[in-house]
Amino acid sequence: MMVYLTRRYRFSAGHRLHNDALNAEENRRVYGKCNNPNGHGHNYLLEVTVRGAIDPATGMIFDLVALDGIVAERVLDKFDHKNLNLDMDNFRTQVPTTENVCLEIYKLLRGPLEEAGAERGLLLERVRLEETSLNSFEFMPERAGRRKGKG
Amino acid sequence: MIYVTRRAEFSASHYYHNPDFSPEENRRIFGKCNNPLGHGHNYIVEATVRGAINPTTGMVLDLKELKVLLEQEVIQLMDHKFLNKEVPAFAEKNPTTENIAVVIWNLLAPKLAHGELHRIRVYENPDLFADYYGE
Repeated sequence: MMVYLTRRYRFSAGHRLHNDALNAEENRRVYGKCNNPNGHGHNYLLEVTVRGAIDPATGMIFDLVALDGIVAERVLDKFDHKNLNLDMDNFRTQVPTTENVCLEIYKLLRGPLEEAGAERGLLLERVRLEETSLNSFEFMPERAGRRKGKG
Repeated sequence: MIYVTRRAEFSASHYYHNPDFSPEENRRIFGKCNNPLGHGHNYIVEATVRGAINPTTGMVLDLKELKVLLEQEVIQLMDHKFLNKEVPAFAEKNPTTENIAVVIWNLLAPKLAHGELHRIRVYENPDLFADYYGE
């Protein structure tokens, strides 16, 4: 019995969308007001979905305290109240679009979560990131056997 | 194929405990959820049914059917109850969000007259939910 457990978290951060490979005019055209040199910020809402089998002894697929601890240590403590472009190494060579932030968070969480939940075959199924309540981005690795329409 | 979702709410109390564990292990594994007097949540259940649109009605199923089924099978059983003590399915297993989703699936799936049950989602609170697809 596979169950998917989702937990929501919040962090606030600043960023600027700008690519040095483009000239000033191209940057303004591609990124619009997100190219403001002084940056701007968002309240991000992060959803982390793990997938695993229920442990019959506890009724749980993973310890929520451990999940919260890993997400806090690997993501929230590093991203919250930071300037994503300037405070972090992760976005030195890539633009901190929410697509890239979402993928980066997936990469940061996958190893520690799947290692901590290895006993029950825990998988990091999905990371979904809302930049504002009007737009969201999600990353799910392509896996064989995923049923159509799941999500 | 269209996916139709109906929500329902219930409020209930629960606690987590395994009689095979020592009191110390129970406290360590389940933390504050181990308080034997229980604590409560406002749960939200989402039942998603998958099916083809009936060309005559334009509907996958009569949503009232799903509403009544949720009311009869889930809300009447769990609303304003102490899940561990009053719901037989949790007499011997913890009423975790994961297990509640599986139990609700097993209650609804055999009773659905139209369409196919696709997903049961149970929110313990807006920041925590479990999905079960019957697999």
